[in-house]
Amino acid sequence: MNRIQQLFQNKKDILSIYFTAGYPNLGDTVPVLESLEEAGVGIVEIGIPFSDPLADGPTIQHSGQTALKNGMSLKVLFEQLSDVRKKVKMPLVLMGYINNVHKYGIEAFAKKCGEVGIDGVILPDLPFQEYLNHYKETFDKHSVSNIFLITPQTPDKRIKLIDENTNGFIYMVSSAAVTGAKTGISDEQLAYFDRVKKLNLKNPVLIGFGISDKASYQETCKYADGAIIGSAFVKLLAQPGDLNTNITTFVKNILES
Amino acid sequence: MSSKYNVDEQGMYGRFGGAWIPEMLQPNIDNLKNVYLDIINTEEFQKEYLELLKDYVGRPTPLYYAKRLSEKYNTHVYLKREDLNHTGAHKINNTIGQILVARKMGKKRIIAETGAGQHGVATATVCALMGLKCVVYMGALDIERQAPNVARMKMLGAEVKAATSGNQTLKDATNEALRDWICNPEDTFYIIGSVVGPHPYPDMVARFQSIISKEIKVQFKEKTGSEYPDYVVACVGGGSNAAGTFYHFLDDEQVKLVAVEASGLGINSGETAATIALGDVGIIHGSKTFLMQDEDGQIVEPYSISAGLDYPGIGPQHAHLKDTDRAIFLDATDQEALDFALEITRLEGIIPAMESAHAFVVLTKLNIAPNQSVVITMSGRGDKDMSTYMKRFNL
Repeated sequence: MNRIQQLFQNKKDILSIYFTAGYPNLGDTVPVLESLEEAGVGIVEIGIPFSDPLADGPTIQHSGQTALKNGMSLKVLFEQLSDVRKKVKMPLVLMGYINNVHKYGIEAFAKKCGEVGIDGVILPDLPFQEYLNHYKETFDKHSVSNIFLITPQTPDKRIKLIDENTNGFIYMVSSAAVTGAKTGISDEQLAYFDRVKKLNLKNPVLIGFGISDKASYQETCKYADGAIIGSAFVKLLAQPGDLNTNITTFVKNILES
Repeated sequence: MSSKYNVDEQGMYGRFGGAWIPEMLQPNIDNLKNVYLDIINTEEFQKEYLELLKDYVGRPTPLYYAKRLSEKYNTHVYLKREDLNHTGAHKINNTIGQILVARKMGKKRIIAETGAGQHGVATATVCALMGLKCVVYMGALDIERQAPNVARMKMLGAEVKAATSGNQTLKDATNEALRDWICNPEDTFYIIGSVVGPHPYPDMVARFQSIISKEIKVQFKEKTGSEYPDYVVACVGGGSNAAGTFYHFLDDEQVKLVAVEASGLGINSGETAATIALGDVGIIHGSKTFLMQDEDGQIVEPYSISAGLDYPGIGPQHAHLKDTDRAIFLDATDQEALDFALEITRLEGIIPAMESAHAFVVLTKLNIAPNQSVVITMSGRGDKDMSTYMKRFNL
């Protein structure tokens, strides 16, 4: 059983946080991870900055551009993460666009993920069929889970296919949107959450996109195994003050009941 | 038509193409993929499309024997006059086709990206024609540089939205248009302006532009009595006019296909858009193709004096034509293109678009025999480039 599966077996209402590697400063990647774990976050998505992030809204776009200016790259990120398993125990997922990974080399990337202790990878623009045909075997060999997105427009049949062929969690995009675009949850979305819940998927489901605070986190947790906060957290990282204190306050506020 | 150079059932051209898109776009792309051929191949569609091309766009465009240019370069040069189309370039062949597809699919809102504004104007034009809402994404920098085309789009009723990410040019406008489509999957149709993007766009756009080579074939035979020109030539950024110019010649292996990229200030200057010369394989805007990228896989900002060639990728079919050696790829610098722009104007009385002027380097870079014939697609007219010409030629 991998770290992601263990987490979902032992805990409910998982809070997952996304942030961009190398933001706000190049060296912040691992300190942010440490603060997040200490504050009680269940799982973290580390964003690989890309020059052309077409599924992201302005907040994450901006953080990526800053990170690239800071000198972040996949090579630097893997260097930063080389002893991360001495520092944090929670599941870690890399999230980025396929071009960076393609350029790095699929085999080399999967191997490196396995070596540094990355548990899963989210590549939103990797087509699912392409993954099955050409990528799955490589990632399986290095025990790295591939996590795929589903949206309100994804047919049940395709959701089931994704569920059957993956073993991390399902990333449920809350609405038709780029990251950070919408807040609040509509009746239409609740119907979609309900529809997916009734599919009884084998993988846990985390809801992301448009989750920004305690209220939206708690609401979505009713329909899934947890929720992912991205843009709202990335915005926080840009705030003045001590990074660790800011992160602790943000996370504790969301988690306290 | 089936050809080993055309797209296969998986949406691939050899090892290029495909649909590398986030799940949010999957239903839209699947839907389009499932219906586009059925729509395009109906008699009703073909009738309306061809009628509009004839009566509204002004097709067929002439194949003109450029006598003085031929004399100067001691060969036979023919110009395919896409510059004489309504709105001034080949772009409208595609937007007419796509808007008819959009309407058939019941879409109410059209989005598009544009660099210099030619595709934006061609899209705004057909939206006015069909009474559909139109939003055009354009890099903030391009909005500044291309004021007349921005005004044309607005006069046609389109909303022009500034893309403020990246270098604020065509690549960023394309990202913004894709983001818009992600957020509006139900009612919106994205009219892509070139043979780029996820399958089926490269194939659909090539089909709509294929009218160019269809006409060349008939006109060349009428004019010369012979079946095939020795060379057909076009400039290439994303590559839509080149795709249309090559389409019906793909399987005629005796016809040499020549594509000319923009090398800006020079291939090794760092200020260039010569994707085939410099790029390697990657994924851009949903398609696997050659693209200019750094060692980390970040897409490199391109440069060319011509906004229409200023793109860091290239259509997947062109990547395949490179792979299979079916096409010859050349490049032209800003200065070479400017020199030809002035020369064509003075020899033939035709002011070419900056993009089209690049294609003419074929006359100096390949050894073309006196008895051979070269068809060059004049993809657009130079009106939009007058401020550049005024500055560079001290007019």
